[in-house]
Amino acid sequence: MTKTDDFYQLEKPILQLKEQIDEILLAGEPGAAAKVDGLRLEIEKEWAKIAPHLSPTQIVQIARHPKRPYSLEYIAALMTDFMELHGDRRFADDPALVAGFAFFKGRTVAVVGQQKGRTTRERLDRNFGQMNPEGYRKALRIFKLAEKFGHPIVSLIDTQGAYPGLESEERGQAEAIALNLKTMFTLRVPIVCLVIGEGGSGGALGIGIGDQVMMLEHSFYSVISPEGCAAILWKDKSDPAIVRQAAENLHLRAQDHLALGLIDTIIPEPPGGAHVDPEATFKIVDKHLDEALKKLEGKPVEEMLEERYAKFRKMGVFVEK
Amino acid sequence: MSANLWTRCNNCQRILYKEDILENLSVCPACGFHFRLSASERLAMLFDDGQFDIVDHNIQSLDPLHFVDSQPYSGRLEAYKRKTDLPEAAVTAIGAMGGIRTVICALDFAFMGGSVGSVVGEKIVRATERALAGKTPLIVVSVSGGMRMQEGLLSLMQMARTSGSLAKLDQARLPFISILADPTSGGTTASWAMLGDINVSEPNAFVGFAGPVVIEQTIKVKLPKGFQRSEFVLKHGFLDDVVPRKALRPFVIKALRLLLNRLQ
Ligand SMILES: [Zn+2]
Repeated sequence: MTKTDDFYQLEKPILQLKEQIDEILLAGEPGAAAKVDGLRLEIEKEWAKIAPHLSPTQIVQIARHPKRPYSLEYIAALMTDFMELHGDRRFADDPALVAGFAFFKGRTVAVVGQQKGRTTRERLDRNFGQMNPEGYRKALRIFKLAEKFGHPIVSLIDTQGAYPGLESEERGQAEAIALNLKTMFTLRVPIVCLVIGEGGSGGALGIGIGDQVMMLEHSFYSVISPEGCAAILWKDKSDPAIVRQAAENLHLRAQDHLALGLIDTIIPEPPGGAHVDPEATFKIVDKHLDEALKKLEGKPVEEMLEERYAKFRKMGVFVEK
Repeated sequence: MSANLWTRCNNCQRILYKEDILENLSVCPACGFHFRLSASERLAMLFDDGQFDIVDHNIQSLDPLHFVDSQPYSGRLEAYKRKTDLPEAAVTAIGAMGGIRTVICALDFAFMGGSVGSVVGEKIVRATERALAGKTPLIVVSVSGGMRMQEGLLSLMQMARTSGSLAKLDQARLPFISILADPTSGGTTASWAMLGDINVSEPNAFVGFAGPVVIEQTIKVKLPKGFQRSEFVLKHGFLDDVVPRKALRPFVIKALRLLLNRLQ
């Protein structure tokens, strides 16, 4: 990747402005608000130069940004009284997926989310957000609890993929994902899925069947990672130019998926991306999530289930001769 | 002596008379190695008297993403159509198994590694709908490298809709038998192939989710012999049985008779 292609280089002026804002807010001196507003305008101006030309590769970089908000931060910002529940009651607890119940705007919701981990230690503990079969089975257990008590489900997606390990294969990674896919079509409560960062293939889809599938503007969702695709189709994952080509071919952006009817909604991100202004991001997500749930809560269950299936039933592009 | 009367077994390296192998359901008479079957060979092997009617045949992939790697996806598709004389990587047919009317969708590895894009997904969903409409069992014979990258997220969503259609089969209390042939891999395994009321495979077939190379690169450990082979998957509880090809048709018929309470 050349310097100018690298989003992490491109965004430097924005991060500097963001740092200035944080300093001013921390100092809390008189006239701070006006200064902050001015700096925010600067960020918008800088972003207006970058945003229209964002390449798929740069979207991937934003989606994987080490400062990007993760599931637990969304839960903390949007919900109250989150009670995390652990374990699949079969084998173990999977820290790559957080799951439990919380209040969201006056209603109980079941919430599951893939959690990458911020520090090196946490990343290792959470297996970088790559789930094992027990994670998918824990999610399913929480889904069934939600159905039993009639609570809607919120599913936050952020993973590079299901974990490709020896033991995950022994314990039936494929079966765990498959059963979730089938069962999520039958759950008699509203399901809203939101891709907040990386939508990594079957590992993401395993908690991704919903009445509303939403994506943050700069998240991505793909059948395979650009690196994986480059390794298989071009036999080369070390050459950034090849990975870039793979990313372009895969059409992994939110707008690509909306155009094909594979997702329902794109949630805009603040200038610079979600990590530049997490508070603003949470606010927009909060609004979209509440609206989506309200719409679904007003719907007869049978109708909701039929529409859920009908939407996926149509996902295919082909010709019949 | 014509050269194409003879072939070499991939496993025991013996030179064998082709006719002997074919008569043995493409299992090596010397060592028992199971050669890969085409979709039409599969259908002929499973249905009563090898008789069946092909349905939903002429559905063809488009190239919605204009995907280009070493060659355009559209060109790749044309090449596979010519090579296999198939419109896509799956064939659906209706016939009888042990006198029980049955829908079978068989994948074909020769068409782009049995990879799953919009068309294979559509065929499986339609096969499920045909089973629902005719109140018949459904059988899918998987032989597939997984989801087809060239259709991007559209391919991934085939996992979703095929699994969703199978939920309807559950509600209608109709049997779904999943036959996992060598290889069944990736998203294919992680959707319909693992959702059989009965999951059955053949000896030494690859059945797994992640590719062994990817796993080795991730965990940096050499994988044990027999890892992700059908016997291994059986041992770990995700297959109901591993059955030699000769016994597969009787196995499926017996399963259908038991599930449907057909004493005769
Ligand atoms: Zn042999």
